[in-house]
Amino acid sequence: MPSKTDILDLYFMDARYKLIDIAAFLDRLDRHEGESDFRHSGFLKAMDAMLNPGDQPRAKAVLESLSDHSTEPVESATIQFAYGAPQD
Amino acid sequence: MRYIEPHAHMVSRTTDDYQSIAQAGCEALCEPAFWAGYDRGSVEGFKDYFRQLTQYEPARAAKFGIPHFTWLCINPKESDDVVFGREVLSIIPEFLAKPTVLGIGEIGLNKNTKNEHTILEEHIALAKEHDLPILVHTPHLEDKLKGTRLIVDALKNAQVNPDRVVIDHVEEHTAAIALDAGFWAGMTLYPESKCTPGRAIDILETFGMERIWMNSACDWGISDPLAVIKCALEMKKRQHASELVEKVIYENPRSFLRQSPNFTL
Repeated sequence: MPSKTDILDLYFMDARYKLIDIAAFLDRLDRHEGESDFRHSGFLKAMDAMLNPGDQPRAKAVLESLSDHSTEPVESATIQFAYGAPQD
Repeated sequence: MRYIEPHAHMVSRTTDDYQSIAQAGCEALCEPAFWAGYDRGSVEGFKDYFRQLTQYEPARAAKFGIPHFTWLCINPKESDDVVFGREVLSIIPEFLAKPTVLGIGEIGLNKNTKNEHTILEEHIALAKEHDLPILVHTPHLEDKLKGTRLIVDALKNAQVNPDRVVIDHVEEHTAAIALDAGFWAGMTLYPESKCTPGRAIDILETFGMERIWMNSACDWGISDPLAVIKCALEMKKRQHASELVEKVIYENPRSFLRQSPNFTL
C-alpha cells in the first residue's frame, strides 16, 4: 500500500487546483448579481459536512449532504434531470 | 492489458472509439438499453432500437474483433408513463432469444416516482420469468441514495437472487447498500459526475475487490470510452498488483456475466 507521502505525491497538486477552483467559484457567486438558490446553500452545507464528517468518511458525508433523504416514491416528477443538490 | 467493458452505450459513439477500445485490450463489451437523450415517441422506436442493439452493434463491434453483448429494457427516464412502459415491456420477449442478449437492464429509477417504481417491479418480474440476470441503473446525483434504497427493497421484495443482480453507478454513499445486501456493484467512471478513477480505487480499497466492477458507461454525454483502462493504470500507480487489477477489470465482470448463457468469453 502507498504511504501518505506517496498519496500526496500522486494527488496533492490535483486536489490543490480543485480546491482553488472551488474558492474561485464561491468568489464568483459572491461577485455576481441576483439571487442564489438551493444549490449554493447545499454546496456550503456539503463543505461543512466535509470538514465535520463525524464518524463517517468525508466523501460519504458530502454525498449524503447532497442527497434527498425522503424515503417514499414521489407521486410524479416535473423534471427528468437532477440538480446535484436536494431542493429544500 | 485485457479487460471487459461491462457498460457502454456504443450506439452513441464513433467508430474511432471502437478502434481505441480494441487497441486498449477490450475483449468484450456490454451495452445496456438506455435513454437516447430524448423520449421516443412510440413503441416502434424501441423496436428499432432493440434491433440496433441486437443486430447492428454486434456487427459493428465485430469489425474490431470485440464481442458485443446487450441488455434490454425501457430505461427509467422513459418509464414514468406506465402505459407506454408496458407497451415496450410487451415487445422485449421477442428479442430475448437473440444470441447476444444477456438479461434485463439497465432498469431502475430516475426521479424515484411511483410510476417508475411500478415499471421497475414489472421488469424484475420479467427477468424472473425468463430466469435472466439484471443490470440496475441507480439514479443521478441527489436522487441516488433514496433510489438505491428503493431499488434494493424492490429486489428483496421480489425475492431475486442477489448473485444475479449488479447495481450500477454506486458511489461512496451507496456501495455498502448494494454489497451488504449480497448484490454485485458497478462503479461508473465519468469526468464530471459519478466516480473519478481516484475515488473508484478508494471504494475498492474500502469495500474490497469482490463482486465489483468498473465501467465507462460512455454515451452521448461527457464520458470517456477508455475510462476503465485509464483507471486500471491508476490502480498500478496506487501500487495494486497486476493480478488485482486484472481481477477487477476482467475476472469480476466475466464471473458475473457468465451467469448469462449467452456470454461466451
